[in-house]
Amino acid sequence: MLLTLSGLTKRYPTGDLALKGVNLEVPKGQVMALIGPSGAGKSTLIRCVNRLVEPTSGSVVLDGTEITGLGAAALRRARRRMGMIFQEYALVERLTVMENVLSGRLGYVGFWSSWFRRFPRRDVEEAFRLLHRVGLDHMVDKRADALSGGQRQRVGIVRALMQDPQLLLVDEPTASLDPKTSRQIMRLILELCEERGLAAIINIHDVALAQQFARRIVGLRAGEIVFDGPATELTPEVLTTIYGEEDWSQTIRAVEEDEEEAVPA
Amino acid sequence: MPVSRTADDLPEWRRRTTAGDFAVWGAWLAGLALTVACFEFISGRTIWAFVWDAPTQGADLVQRMFPPAWTYADVLWKPMWDTINIATLGTLLAIAIGFPMAFLAAHNTTPSVLFVRPVMLFLIVSSRSINSLIWALILVIVFGPGMLAGILAIGLRSVGFIAKLTYEAIEEIDRTQVEAVTATGASNPQVLAWAIVPQIMPAFAGISVFRWDINIREATVLGLVGAGGIGMQLQASINTLAWPQVTMIFILILGTVVVSEWVSARVRHAVI
Repeated sequence: MLLTLSGLTKRYPTGDLALKGVNLEVPKGQVMALIGPSGAGKSTLIRCVNRLVEPTSGSVVLDGTEITGLGAAALRRARRRMGMIFQEYALVERLTVMENVLSGRLGYVGFWSSWFRRFPRRDVEEAFRLLHRVGLDHMVDKRADALSGGQRQRVGIVRALMQDPQLLLVDEPTASLDPKTSRQIMRLILELCEERGLAAIINIHDVALAQQFARRIVGLRAGEIVFDGPATELTPEVLTTIYGEEDWSQTIRAVEEDEEEAVPA
Repeated sequence: MPVSRTADDLPEWRRRTTAGDFAVWGAWLAGLALTVACFEFISGRTIWAFVWDAPTQGADLVQRMFPPAWTYADVLWKPMWDTINIATLGTLLAIAIGFPMAFLAAHNTTPSVLFVRPVMLFLIVSSRSINSLIWALILVIVFGPGMLAGILAIGLRSVGFIAKLTYEAIEEIDRTQVEAVTATGASNPQVLAWAIVPQIMPAFAGISVFRWDINIREATVLGLVGAGGIGMQLQASINTLAWPQVTMIFILILGTVVVSEWVSARVRHAVI
């Protein structure tokens, strides 16, 4: 197993119990969609993995390393192996595309090298290569705030890949994007995961997108896993357990139509 | 927000209740009464003969101030240059001290909320609560008259200003950018340099230039207490009733302030 969460619990200082003893295993190279209503604890879960949010109890083990017990320096080294992609892109708006991309290497270079923007030649070459891969060659010197949403998310993806990670933690990658760009971004993330053999946990609230792009789906409700299975087993009954009572027939059918369209293309 | 029912049982809405309306009008009336009372009080303690005389006195003074002593400008260039230097060096000093202080004071970057932050906040308040002229008065006693006292006075007054506005900017940054850089495995100094500093740069540049602009004005009066600059000439001219020279000094100060304002506007425009 690449990632093993056991008994992962998070209680916020306000007293809210965001995660209630979550157990989850993600094998190498598996892309997994985490769905669930707002406030179910999806964001908290992936932030507990790289300890942007400190878990209250339970353990996170990445490729044999117990993340939960690490000191500051070891945690920084462990974070290099986990790339994160954010809902609002979270690019440093006033830095250029290249600087944002190279910030993925911060864990590998010293402070003064990074301060003077002296990155190893290999890193810069990799940055050019990845920017070319996502079609942003011409944007290298643009400031991040001059880019469109889809372009920004591509930069966010490249930044995460620059870390040379084993696992991608993806938090609502499409929530700020239009439907077409959403699909392009999801496809890109999946292709890149396949090319590099990366595992990914993708938080997503668009059920149709989750079903279209991920083979494994995990449903989270009120801090507990209530569904874990292949995308094909996502029935209206399952959606009702995850989200509550609603007419789900349209959601499911929309997905099937989507897939039919996608196949010939 | 009172909701009531009309006679035909439809819901009706008004902004305030009747009692609320009366309270608001009552408050306005009380304010008016207070203004009238204050006016009575002040007028009882004013020597009106002087006030009626004011236009004549004013006209007389203006008449003595014109034409300005244009040739006196030759003497003024050097002190004016000193004044600008006092303001600029004082601002640079304040930036050098105030910028790190802001990071120690800001809630999200301070190394210790319980100790370092309160100490910094206290230093910031102390610096801000004392006017440059009073700092200068003290520093002239310590360092003797001259530009050094002026530079330090400007610097000490501005540290608090720059540190306070900068730490407020630090506290208002977008946290997700910090999260993203942290998630790459960056160290704390790297997070500071890559996620926080770029976000506050426009605010910081604006604050610094704005303070420099204020300091140009403040530096023009420091000479009154012997802390160097054009204020010394101003005081000497007033003491000898050399009104045309005073006018010349005013013109020069006005010109400098206009230029400094233009510069600071340009810089602020450039960094945004």
